Amino acid sequence: MPPYKPPRGLLLLPLLAATLLLGGCNAVLLSPSGDIAVQQRDLIIISTILMLVIIIPVIILTLVFAFRYRAAANNPDYDPEWNHSTRIELMVWSAPLIIIIALGAITWVSTHRLDPYRPLDRLSEGRELPTNVKPLVVEVVSMDWKWLFIYPEQGIATVNELAAPVDRPIQFKLTSTTVMNAFFVPALAGMIYTMPGMETQLHAVINKAGTYDGMSSNFSGAGFSGMRFKFYGMPTGDFDKWVQQAREGGNTLDRPTYVELDKPSERVPVQRYGKVAADLYDAILNRCVLQGQTCMKDQMAMDHRANKGLTGRYSLANNDVSARDYLGSICTSSNPTGAGVLENKVL
Amino acid sequence: MPDHLDITKLLFGRLSLDAIPYHEPILVGTFAVVALGGLALLAALTYFKVWGYLWREWFTSIDHKKIGIMYIVLAIIMLLRGFGDAIMMRMQQAIAFGDNTGYLPSHHYDQIFTAHGVIMIFFVAMPLVTGLMNYVVPLQIGARDVAFPFLNNFSFWMTTGGAVLTMISLFVGEYARTGWLAMPPLSGIQSSPDVGVDYYIWALQVAGVGTLLSGINLMVTIVKMRAPGMSMMKMPVFTWTSLCTNVLIVAAFPVLTAVLALLSLDRYVGTNFFTNDLGGNPMMYVNLIWIWGHPEVYILILPAFGVFSEVVSTYSGKRLFGYTSMVYATVVITVLSYLVWLHHFFTMGSGASVNSFFGITTMIISIPTGAKIFNWLFTMYRGRIRFEVPMLWTIGFMITFVIGGMTGVLLAVPPADFVLHNSLFLIAHFHNVIIGGVVFGMFAGINYWFPKAFGFKLDDFWGKCSFWFWFIGFYVAFMPLYVLGLMGITRRLNHFDDPSLQIWFQVAALGAVLIALGIGSFLMQIFVSIRNRDKLRDVSGDPWHGRTLEWSTSSPPPNYNFAFTPQIHDGDAWWQMKQRGSKRPLAGFLPIHMPANTGAGIILAGLSTAFGFAMIWHMWIPAVVSFAALILGAIYHTFNYKRDYYIPAEEVAQVEAERTRLLANHV
Repeated sequence: MPPYKPPRGLLLLPLLAATLLLGGCNAVLLSPSGDIAVQQRDLIIISTILMLVIIIPVIILTLVFAFRYRAAANNPDYDPEWNHSTRIELMVWSAPLIIIIALGAITWVSTHRLDPYRPLDRLSEGRELPTNVKPLVVEVVSMDWKWLFIYPEQGIATVNELAAPVDRPIQFKLTSTTVMNAFFVPALAGMIYTMPGMETQLHAVINKAGTYDGMSSNFSGAGFSGMRFKFYGMPTGDFDKWVQQAREGGNTLDRPTYVELDKPSERVPVQRYGKVAADLYDAILNRCVLQGQTCMKDQMAMDHRANKGLTGRYSLANNDVSARDYLGSICTSSNPTGAGVLENKVL
Repeated sequence: MPDHLDITKLLFGRLSLDAIPYHEPILVGTFAVVALGGLALLAALTYFKVWGYLWREWFTSIDHKKIGIMYIVLAIIMLLRGFGDAIMMRMQQAIAFGDNTGYLPSHHYDQIFTAHGVIMIFFVAMPLVTGLMNYVVPLQIGARDVAFPFLNNFSFWMTTGGAVLTMISLFVGEYARTGWLAMPPLSGIQSSPDVGVDYYIWALQVAGVGTLLSGINLMVTIVKMRAPGMSMMKMPVFTWTSLCTNVLIVAAFPVLTAVLALLSLDRYVGTNFFTNDLGGNPMMYVNLIWIWGHPEVYILILPAFGVFSEVVSTYSGKRLFGYTSMVYATVVITVLSYLVWLHHFFTMGSGASVNSFFGITTMIISIPTGAKIFNWLFTMYRGRIRFEVPMLWTIGFMITFVIGGMTGVLLAVPPADFVLHNSLFLIAHFHNVIIGGVVFGMFAGINYWFPKAFGFKLDDFWGKCSFWFWFIGFYVAFMPLYVLGLMGITRRLNHFDDPSLQIWFQVAALGAVLIALGIGSFLMQIFVSIRNRDKLRDVSGDPWHGRTLEWSTSSPPPNYNFAFTPQIHDGDAWWQMKQRGSKRPLAGFLPIHMPANTGAGIILAGLSTAFGFAMIWHMWIPAVVSFAALILGAIYHTFNYKRDYYIPAEEVAQVEAERTRLLANHV
């Protein structure tokens, strides 16, 4: 800690100013409604205060030194050769070091606690997770340029509209169709990228009923600015009603409908589907929605097995009918064992 | 291969008249202005018959001083373009609310923010930094030129070639619409089939060769060409930071070259490095580009740190406080800058341990950086500070940069980054450090070394105007973005629904206008200074009571820099010489061995640029021809044996006698 620590009131001044400044507007990151976002907010504030301990003295000292040692003042203690002081050197290295040790510790702990892949262990400050609650699973697909949300438990799907019951943990599984996006509901939790052929996860919970903004926060092309949706935090009863409405709407998201939806479009109005084709999300994730496409996970599994040499390939062909087409593309008449093809291709 | 070769296709590729955007009024207007301005300039150059002079004395020059100046001129020209992009974005965001979609549809807006980022980093910040290093480093270490003088000229023209390709994209075809790092799959052939990304790739590849070669050149110069007695720990701090920057360039730029080469393979020959299917993985691109990208940030900021060190020490009239710890801090930053790249994408879903590791390494960088700030502070302590323009920039930097540093460390806390990433808070942060650090540093450096380069000081009044407009303009433009970031507003949007946000964007636009006045004042400063050059003349060669060797020469220095290679006994070599009252040698001059000018650099770079253009448009015949010409030209150049000449001793004696006379009149 630097010895020239200013009085406490001084430290609070910028905070006060910031509060006044932000009080006039809706700074959602500073007043979020979901427990994860609340913890992230607390972290922002704690880290900022910790750093201000160094920053404010530096700014003040800069101004003070600049004024006090101006040439016009003709300082009598001017010493052109003075350039070293072990005590000051120790201080200037150790002051930031101490702050960073504190911040580093906070970082390690909070990063693990707020890991988006980690299931929640509380609903909010001081409220344990009830034991019988299962998280609401929402499968999220970012498309060109809209959001598709699939609710496997409820068997419904929506476009550009997301809803969840208050105080029930939500487990998002996310992927994308063509390019990268980021799923971001600032009031709920931090963002996470969505990537084609890959799945990311996010655990969160909304603690207050309300309507919140959601968006893509990673640039994804022409329709990016319109990739917005509303997220509704609802009391459980309302959520059930909302699900019921979607079911009664009668629309079905089967594969042909999905292929139609997949075509690039911008600012798509909200759509709800009462039925969803089985394993649609899995097919999107593995890039095999269309007839005749091999799913990535099957491809990878086969590559893995077939790569175990000739015996691996024979046993695959003998035991797995579906793999024969695939092997047929490797083992040709001129190269019946497929030697060298896969070895160069995978792993 | 088709049955009959389509010659038109092979010659012109995808290029046709449709590529000229004559149906876009904004671009036609811009083109008209640029074309008229360009024609006026060309006409003026022809009228005053300066083509021959420019070619002989500048374009083909391999004098590090002239090349340094040309780099900075390039940067200032590109700054105008990059800033034009910035002000267009600010205007769009200030008006596009609700039903108003603004004046830039996403097709334009996306090109503009991509071009803004690319131009500002590659063609403004990099040439400024390289130009300053080029000019100052050989003078600071008592050398007569850089280690590879021809390479230096070639590097400059390659950088210019990249800038030219970027500018051509404005009027022929279009630029990338991907963001400044062109992340796949968005930059892949499926999502971006047109020429925009190819312009991006080839502009950066051509310029990247220049940057890499200049990095090698300056690194070797610093390691091998220091005056006798100048041990590593007696090098001026600017030279130290330049050394570290060039080490970073040499280590990082090949990664950029490689990753862009892989991306072009994906685009041109159908490989699958970064595609979604067939085993490609876009995450590799994100990692690789940031393994270059993060060191790049330090490539830019370290020389600025060097400038501040020189400026603070000079204008405080004191030795730099804690030279040794300053050097170690620089080296630590250099090494650590390689261990932090993942903090640019905590949100990609790496595990908590990986994220915390990169978060903590990032924070650790703030320790040496903090130590540097304190060292500048304690250099001012017990000094007698003269508030010349460079010192104003430095104080402005110290206040502004610590705020940017703080928000940077905040962004290094992964869970905080989850809400702040890709938000306007992030935009505010990196402009805070790039403007508050690099730009302020470069302006400080230009004001500081201008009298050395041209023999007269820059005008004080306009210099102060420029500083205050930039300083205040920065806060007005970017503090609202911090606030908007905390309101959950993300970057790269060209339209907003919530009308309550508009006021913040309008304030930010006002800030951009203030910065425009800052740039205008800077241009005015140069203009006024040239007009009043006789009043501002400095014949001493040491207008600021400098401390390092460059101030021991005349201003501008003779093309051989030092008639005798100086002997170094102290870190502040010139300061110590003045203290000892050492005298300039007035006799006993020897012929000086110097490198000769050559047009090879500009010709080879021109061929590279032509090759890049042909590749962009799939013009295969011109591509093959220009590439062959490039290779043959390079080989032919190796047979050029007239690479050097001797300045006769009499001429040296004459130049030095003239200086003696000037100095005598001055005192």
